[in-house]
Amino acid sequence: MTADPAPPDTQGTSPAATDPKRSRGGDDGGSGGGFGYILRHQSFVVIVVALAAALVIGAILIRYQGVNPWYAYETIFREALLTENGLTRTLIKTTPLVLTGLAVVLPLRVGLFNIGGQGQFVISAAMAGWAAYATRETGFLALIIAIVVGLLTGAIWASIAGLLKTSRGVHEVISTIMLNNIALGIIWWMVTTGPAVHKNTSQIPMTGPLDEAAYMPVIAGIPLGFVIAVLLALACSWMLTRTTMGFRFDTVGKNKFAAGYAGIPIARVILMAMAFAGALAGLAGAMEVTGTMHHFEPAIGGTLGFDGITIALLARSNPIWTIPAAFLVGILRTGAAGLQFATGIAPEIVDLLLALILLFVSIPVLGKWIFRSRADKVEASSTSWGN
Amino acid sequence: MSEWFARNRAMAILGLVVLVLAYAYYFADKTTALSMYRYSWSYAVPLVLCAMVGVIGERSGVVNIGIEGQLLVAAFAGFFGAAYSGSIIVGILAGVGCGLIMGGFLAWTTVKWRMDQIIAGVVLNIVATGITSFYYKPGQLLPSLMPHVNIPGLSSIPLIGEVFFKGTGVIALAAIVIAIGVHLALFRTKWGLRTRAIGEYPSAADTAGINVIRMRLINVTMAGALAGLAGVYLSMDSTSSFERGMSAGRGFLALAIMIFGAWRPLRAAAAALFFGFVTAAASQLQADKVIDVAPQLVGTLPYVMTLVVLAVAAGKVRAPGAVGQPFIKEGQ
Repeated sequence: MTADPAPPDTQGTSPAATDPKRSRGGDDGGSGGGFGYILRHQSFVVIVVALAAALVIGAILIRYQGVNPWYAYETIFREALLTENGLTRTLIKTTPLVLTGLAVVLPLRVGLFNIGGQGQFVISAAMAGWAAYATRETGFLALIIAIVVGLLTGAIWASIAGLLKTSRGVHEVISTIMLNNIALGIIWWMVTTGPAVHKNTSQIPMTGPLDEAAYMPVIAGIPLGFVIAVLLALACSWMLTRTTMGFRFDTVGKNKFAAGYAGIPIARVILMAMAFAGALAGLAGAMEVTGTMHHFEPAIGGTLGFDGITIALLARSNPIWTIPAAFLVGILRTGAAGLQFATGIAPEIVDLLLALILLFVSIPVLGKWIFRSRADKVEASSTSWGN
Repeated sequence: MSEWFARNRAMAILGLVVLVLAYAYYFADKTTALSMYRYSWSYAVPLVLCAMVGVIGERSGVVNIGIEGQLLVAAFAGFFGAAYSGSIIVGILAGVGCGLIMGGFLAWTTVKWRMDQIIAGVVLNIVATGITSFYYKPGQLLPSLMPHVNIPGLSSIPLIGEVFFKGTGVIALAAIVIAIGVHLALFRTKWGLRTRAIGEYPSAADTAGINVIRMRLINVTMAGALAGLAGVYLSMDSTSSFERGMSAGRGFLALAIMIFGAWRPLRAAAAALFFGFVTAAASQLQADKVIDVAPQLVGTLPYVMTLVVLAVAAGKVRAPGAVGQPFIKEGQ
C-alpha cells in the first residue's frame, strides 16, 4: 500500500464553496475522490483480513443454525470444485460475475458508482432470449444475434443513466436503481402479456427454449463464455493502463477539474464508461441465457448484477482482480445449492456472507487499523476546509 | 401572516388549486375519490417518513443512500418481532430500534471514519438484503392488527378528515405530526439553525462553537428511527406480511421526493402525496380500462416519475452546501 501523494479531495471541497448553484449531481467530483480513497487504501492484506473476518462471522451465524461451520464451508468448496462437473458449473457461474464485476469497475474508474448492473443484466437477458428464440431457425447464428442484442440493450440501458448524469446532473446511484426497477417491470411484462410470452406447461412465465445449436459451447470442461469473460477482463485492464482512453478514464476519475482543464471531454468519457459497463452487463445477460438457462425467465441469475458491486470492491476496481473475486463468489453460489441439500441451510447464506465481505472490504478503518500511522497522516494533511 | 404569504405565494396558490380540485372531484364521485385519496395517503406515509430521514441527514451534511436498507431491516424486525413475541408493541419497538442501529452505523462510518457516504449507504442496503433474505421465514402471522383510531372532531371534516383522521393507523397519524414537527424544528428552533449550519458551512459552524461531528452523529442516528417507523408501517400496517425485498426502492423514491421538495419537510411531504396520487390515479385508470397498459408497466410508474422529477428538478433546486463531504476539524 503506497501513500498517494496527490491530494485526493481537492476537487470535492472547492466547488461547494465557490458555486452556490451546485445541484445534487454536482458533487460527483467529490465522490470520485472518495472512491479513490477507498480503492487506494485497500491493500491485498486488507482484502485477506476482510475475507477472513467475514468467514469467521459467517461461521458463527452458521453455528447458530445448528450446523458445524467447518462442515458447511467444506461442503461448499467440495460441491463447487471437486464433484463431477463441479468446476465446470462453477466456471459457468463465474462467467457472468466477471462481467457484472467489470460493469462496476469501469464506471468506478471515472468516479461513477454503477449499481444498475442488475437492471442492465436482466433486461439484456430478456431481449437476448427473445431475439434468440425468434431467430431459432438460424441455428448457430441465433447465438451471435443473442450476444449482439444483449450487448446493445445493456449499453443503451446504462446510457440512459449516463445521459441523465451528463445532461441533467442526476446522481447515477438513484437513476440506476430506478432503472433496475423499471427493467424488472418491463421483463415481467414481456414474458406475461408482452411480445416474448411463450405458452408452456410450467407455471413460470418464460420465453421459448433455444435451439441446441445456439447454446454457448463448453469445450473440454471449460465454458467458452468464461474464456471470453477472461479475455474481456484482460482487454479492460489493457485499455485502462495502456491506451489514451484509459488515461482519460483515470484522469476524469481522479480529478474532474484537472481533466476539464486538460481538454478531456468529460461528458463523453462518462457516457462511454457507462455504455461499456452496460454492454458488459448485457453480455453477461446474453451468456446466462445462451450458456446456462437456454431460455429466459424473470428470476434469471438471481442477484448476479448486485454481486458485481461486491466483486468490484473486492477486486479494488482492478479488472484483472475481478477474475479471482468473481471465481470466489462463483464458488460460494455454486456450493450453496449443495449446502442446502446436505445441511438444510438456505442458499441465501451466500447473500449474507457476501454482504459481510462487502462490509469488511469497504470499511476504510480496517486498513487504518492495519497500517495505522501512514493512512492517518496522508488524510489529515491533504483535506481541509475553506480552500 | 401576510409576510408568510408573500414569501410562499406560488406554493400557497398551488396548494389552494389542488385543494379545490380535490374537493371538486370528491363531491362529484365520492366513493372513487375517497378510495383513491386513501390509497394515495397509505402509499405516501412511508415516503413521507423516509423523506424526513433524507432531509435531516442532508441538512446536516450527510447523504443517506441507505434509507432503503434501514426501511427493509425495520420492516423485517418489526414483523418478526411482533410475530414471535405476540405483541404489536414489541414489533414496533424492534423496528424503530433497528432503524436507530442502522442509522447509527451509517453515522459512525461516514462521520467518524469518513467513509465515502455513497459507498457506505450502498453497503448498508446490500447488508440489509443479505440479513433479511437469509433469516426470512415464510408463513408467520401478526398477532393482531395495528390499532386504527378516529380522531374526534377532525374526522368529521369532509375529505381531509375522512382521509387523514378517520380509521387511520397510528403511524400514519404520527407521520403527519412528524412532518410538521421536523419542519418547525428545522426552521424555528436552535437545533434547526445549528443543523442547517453544519450542513451548509460546517467550518463556520465549528468556529461558532458547534460540535459538528457530534451533531451529525446524533442527527443521522435519530433520523434512523423515522426510517424504522416507515418500515414498521410497511410490514405491519399497509400490508400484514413481510416479503423479501419489500421496500422495492422506496428509500430511493424518498430521496427523489426530498429533492423535489427542495430539502424542505412540508414540501417533501406534499411531493410524497403527489407521488401517491399519481400511482393511485394510474391504477384507477387501468382498473377502469381507460388506459390499456399491462399492470407490470403501470407498476414502474413511480420509478419513471422519479427519473423525470430528478431530471427536471436538478439544477432548479439547491442542495445543502456541504452534503456528501466529511468534516475534518482544522489542525487535526
